[in-house]
Amino acid sequence: MRMMNSFLLAATLVLAPLMAFAEVPEYRVVIKDHKFSPTEIVVPANTKVILIVENQDATPEEFESHEMHREKIIAGNKTAKIRIGPLKPGNYPFFGEFHEDTAKGVVIAQ
Amino acid sequence: MFSSLIIVFREVLEAALVIGIVCAATRGVRYRGATVMSGIFAGVLGAAIIAWFADSLADLAEGMGQELFNAMVLLVVVVMLAWHTIWMSHHGAQMTQEATETGESVKQGAEPLTVLFVLVGLAVLREGAEVVLFLYGIAASGSAADMMALGSGLGLLMGLLAGFTLYAGLVRIPTRHLFTVTTFMLVLLAAGMAGQASKYLIQADYLPALGYDIWDSSWLVANGSITGEILRTLIGYDAQPAGLQLLFYVVTLGFILFCMWWVKARDKTRAE
Repeated sequence: MRMMNSFLLAATLVLAPLMAFAEVPEYRVVIKDHKFSPTEIVVPANTKVILIVENQDATPEEFESHEMHREKIIAGNKTAKIRIGPLKPGNYPFFGEFHEDTAKGVVIAQ
Repeated sequence: MFSSLIIVFREVLEAALVIGIVCAATRGVRYRGATVMSGIFAGVLGAAIIAWFADSLADLAEGMGQELFNAMVLLVVVVMLAWHTIWMSHHGAQMTQEATETGESVKQGAEPLTVLFVLVGLAVLREGAEVVLFLYGIAASGSAADMMALGSGLGLLMGLLAGFTLYAGLVRIPTRHLFTVTTFMLVLLAAGMAGQASKYLIQADYLPALGYDIWDSSWLVANGSITGEILRTLIGYDAQPAGLQLLFYVVTLGFILFCMWWVKARDKTRAE
């Protein structure tokens, strides 16, 4: 039992930094009918965040943002993780390259 | 229709420009045509397979599979380009002389054609997978599919035309200068691709970006513009590069140029 405890303590010490890493704030975005929702995502400035983009369409989409330096294909009915930041305060537009007319949004770093 | 034309054109353009330069650089090499064609064929096939497994690929490496895959493909291409250009600085003089003398093909047993095959294949594979996914989306969407398919076909043709134009322009260069020009273009291509690879590694959060404040020339040539795309492919242009991207670019450029110089210097010493 004591051994178990010390094992748990050791595990906690080792995992703690990793847990901190896992606590990167996540923001959900849905793609439906080739549109993003929400179209405005407010995130904290100067810190790394993760966008969880869920594509509810059957067709693939490419999430792209020149301002955030990101491009990632999300297959139909799939969810993808996009790591962004740290961003300076400001507006960062993004779009779906495969449906540029309708799929538009902006990340607002505050 | 117009949007599908632009999307397919963009993707095909990069691969077509790379192949255009590579073809000009290997002008006169025996079996070049067959090798390039089989490289393209293998690339298209590979693109279809990659697109098919896109789901599972994306899930690898904790959701960063796509970034990792792109970075790896790009880095392999960089190594191939580096190998080719350094090899050319050893054999180039000899090839130029022979090509000038015979006026046509270099019969001399050339560099392993595998390098050429892999280069072309990977260039097609990377951009092709995206085109395949996009086309699949069109097919699945039904309604306006015909017009979009037409647009995609035109985009493909325009991309190929751009590649051919570059090739046709390059081979007009007198033979004694041709290899110098193409070698230099290939070195820039390699440096640019190393930079692009670093962007994927930054995106996956494997490596730090080292800031984006070095310059921002978006007002002059934006990344999304066609000019920006062409310049990105040819010289590795980025309107707002990451610090790490510049580092990858400069180190690759410096390393290849140094090796070329070293190989040439060694050849000269041996000849004396």
